[in-house]
Amino acid sequence: MSWSCSNYLCLSSSSSSSLVNSNELTRFNRRNLSCEYKEERRKDNDLKRPINISAYNGLKSPSYKLDKAQRRKEHVLKKPNNICAYYSLKPPSYKFDALEPYMSKRTLEVHWGEHHRGYVETLNKYLSKNDVLYGYTMDELIRVTYNNGNPLPEFNVAAQVWNHDFFWESMQPGGGNLPILGLMDQIEKDFGSFANFREEFIESALTLFGSGWVWLVLKRNEKRLAIATTTNAVTPLVWDDIPLLSLDMWEHAYYLDYKNDRARYANVFMDHLVSWNAVLGRMARAQAFVNLGEPKIPVA
Amino acid sequence: MALRTLATPKTLGVLSRFQQQARGLQTFTLPDLSYDYGALEPAISGEIMQLHHQKHHQTYITNYNKAIEQLDDAIAKGDASTAVKLQSAIKFNGGGHVNHSIFWKNLAPTSAGGGEPPHGSLGWAIDQSFTSVDKLIAKMNAEGAAVQGSGWVWLAVDKELKRLVVETTANQDPLVTKGPNLVPLIGIDVWEHAYYLQYKNVRPDYLKNIWKVINWKYASEVYEKECP
Repeated sequence: MSWSCSNYLCLSSSSSSSLVNSNELTRFNRRNLSCEYKEERRKDNDLKRPINISAYNGLKSPSYKLDKAQRRKEHVLKKPNNICAYYSLKPPSYKFDALEPYMSKRTLEVHWGEHHRGYVETLNKYLSKNDVLYGYTMDELIRVTYNNGNPLPEFNVAAQVWNHDFFWESMQPGGGNLPILGLMDQIEKDFGSFANFREEFIESALTLFGSGWVWLVLKRNEKRLAIATTTNAVTPLVWDDIPLLSLDMWEHAYYLDYKNDRARYANVFMDHLVSWNAVLGRMARAQAFVNLGEPKIPVA
Repeated sequence: MALRTLATPKTLGVLSRFQQQARGLQTFTLPDLSYDYGALEPAISGEIMQLHHQKHHQTYITNYNKAIEQLDDAIAKGDASTAVKLQSAIKFNGGGHVNHSIFWKNLAPTSAGGGEPPHGSLGWAIDQSFTSVDKLIAKMNAEGAAVQGSGWVWLAVDKELKRLVVETTANQDPLVTKGPNLVPLIGIDVWEHAYYLQYKNVRPDYLKNIWKVINWKYASEVYEKECP
């Protein structure tokens, strides 16, 4: 009690007028008294607070028994359940107006910014509610949700996210022309000539009914290139083939630029947009999984 | 010389059509709309209506005529495999023609009664099956938005069971593929070409606005014919 008395004395001596307001005094006293009370409480914590029976029954966490500092530490150590990692929207590696005049900036803004973004956000929403699917990588997720032909609702969004990422990478500004090096050799081996391949690819694009994709795939079993068409969101990944090139034949991909002229869109894609470098890179990687050539066994 | 004048391209064209009609093959032509292209603004823009009618529907009709000509040839020659191979083209293009012909009659400008809710027996049947027209619209919009890729959403009457149903079909499949007794009353095209230029990817907005130009009178007529 000695320290409080001295404080009181200090205050009275420092004030200019000797007349000390009675209110101030009581307030000051009360404050000191409450400090003392808090100190005592801190010392005799457990005895002063009532015992909570339910805590002993395990119904309530005993964190109320900790003081403020300890409670803060515990709160941090207990992992909050709102930190998760999901899929993000990856932008194409070129500016939106880089593909003009073959694919307009507006198309990319809407196709990437709204369609692709919508798919990513819907996928994240699905994954936040489903712990089992959250654990898969993208490739596995597509295969699992395809469910061998009976796709789950998550399949469409997951596959479309993957498909669109693949599609942006299949195009480049200043694309088109002819494939190079080993890719050209392989195309000539499997299709006869590049002209044949191009014709077949465009014909597949035009005879596709409804929404879908046209793919150049490397077939694992047959060890050769082939052209495949799929409807809606299906991708050759579900058949375990390796896609090398894709063309989006959903109407949203070309409607703003070409209205209903699919033939012109497919031709322009082949002539000016397709990135053979990307396809070459993908084929090089695919050769790690599929043995394309004849093994060169030296004759002794 | 008389023969030469007969063999001009025009007369040759007539000759081939003659042959077709002599074979008994009925080809199809693009039906006209009973309203202007711009009459359905602002629910559906005139540009969309023109493209939809003159380009898309016309393409379906052209390809359908080609396909049934080829089918006719294949059947005449007894070529079963070609006949079967043509079936997907017939279903797609023929379905496209059938569906769009219904679609044009399902739409009417607001000045001609578009958007007016149904009265009479159809209105009563809707209230019975779906509680109210608004609930029906909400259901059809939900189903239409959920269609993956391209397709149609229909309000149909089952003429055997005398019941109203809401169905969706994929691509251009006609409604009969969902049930042989279904008669379409209202069909809404949810292919992207039907709304993309105006609504971009916001299909729900398109579905909300198209009800302002839906011709319920035609639907009522069809309904009363099936369920008098």
